[in-house]
Amino acid sequence: MSANTASGYIKHHLQNLTYGQLPAGYERADGSLLGQATWTLAHSAQESSDMGFWAINLDSMIWSIALGLLFLLPFRAVAKRATSDTPSGLQNAVETVVEFVDNSVRESFHGKNPVIAPLALTIFCWVFFMNLMDLLPVDWIPGLASVAGVPYMKIVATTDPNITMSMSLSVFGLMLFYWVKEKGISGFASDMALHPFTSKNPVLKVALMPVNLLLETVSLIAKPISLGLRLFGNMYAGELIFILIGMIGYFQLPLHFGWAVLHILVITLQAYIFMTLTIVYLSMVHESH
Amino acid sequence: MNINATIIGQSIAFAFFVWFCMKNVWPPLIGALNARQKKIADGLAAAEQATSDLEHAKEQAAAQLEQAKEEARGIIDQANRRASVIVEEAKDNARTEGERLLTAARAEIAMEENQAREALRTQVTTIAVAGASKVLGQKIDLAAHGELVDQLAAEL
Repeated sequence: MSANTASGYIKHHLQNLTYGQLPAGYERADGSLLGQATWTLAHSAQESSDMGFWAINLDSMIWSIALGLLFLLPFRAVAKRATSDTPSGLQNAVETVVEFVDNSVRESFHGKNPVIAPLALTIFCWVFFMNLMDLLPVDWIPGLASVAGVPYMKIVATTDPNITMSMSLSVFGLMLFYWVKEKGISGFASDMALHPFTSKNPVLKVALMPVNLLLETVSLIAKPISLGLRLFGNMYAGELIFILIGMIGYFQLPLHFGWAVLHILVITLQAYIFMTLTIVYLSMVHESH
Repeated sequence: MNINATIIGQSIAFAFFVWFCMKNVWPPLIGALNARQKKIADGLAAAEQATSDLEHAKEQAAAQLEQAKEEARGIIDQANRRASVIVEEAKDNARTEGERLLTAARAEIAMEENQAREALRTQVTTIAVAGASKVLGQKIDLAAHGELVDQLAAEL
């Protein structure tokens, strides 16, 4: 591993632990040749990208699922013995979060939909927990993993575009589903083709359709991409700064502290933005223009 | 940094988590929250009701107290009037009784006076007869002179 140079250190920290298949005759990072196609862990960024699409980032998956459970299991435990009497301890904390999310949903969504509120809660808590890993010193867990023989360990799942894009694309899928469900295919088509430019004159109306279709398509596609990449970009940049700070010796301590304090704000804000935009996008398709 | 099958795995995990949250986490929590909200609202309404009830009861109590005072005042007045009536009656009774007693006493006195006078008269008659017979030295026939003597006696 090339963790000794500065660029090696940074690259090492930004590499996911990828498990996938390398083709026969592939020359590994350490110079050995593979006799046949092999399922294995990638030992370099090049190997990881050569594994193609059918590879999986183990660290992203493990951390995101573990953190998802860290959110769901306590909430489930509280939900099981939730009482309308005086709440205590954990129930107080959980109820604060639930109420906060509920208020956010009520503010921007006025229809009736059983999915949006739990979806928003899951997104907020899960993204928050995944972002929270950003505050752990960047060398701790990867260092421990190296000792255990694991080549890479990226613990902030939201710095993996797979994670953020899968969430934003899932939201996009829900958006399309409810769009068609609420307004039917014809409503969907008219939303796409007859806005924002419209005319009383039928000829002009037809003439404006391609323009509208183009504009609406672009703005539609931009939604999941911007949603996923905003979170990814913010967390990736923040993580990169942490890594850079981690390289400057003893002076990193105050700097690291300052950046971490700022990041407490950033991780909460990003989780909140992701949740709010999800609600806004979903409420958009429930309302007519 | 590559897009790979993680995106599928994460989508599945995401769908499962959202489903789990929708089925098992959100409804009980929001149910408890709404139930508590309703409870608090009911409690506040009940407190408000109780306050107004208290106010009402206080007013009622004050009104009843006032009424009771009024009644008591009436009763006292009535009692005073009745007492003075009784006193008057008693005075009247006493006066009439006194007068009656006085009259009776006077009548008795008069009667006794008459009796005494009667007795005296008889005795005087006897004495007069005795005296007269002594003076005349002869027996006066009481039967013959009775009328005269009675006339005398009546003049006494």
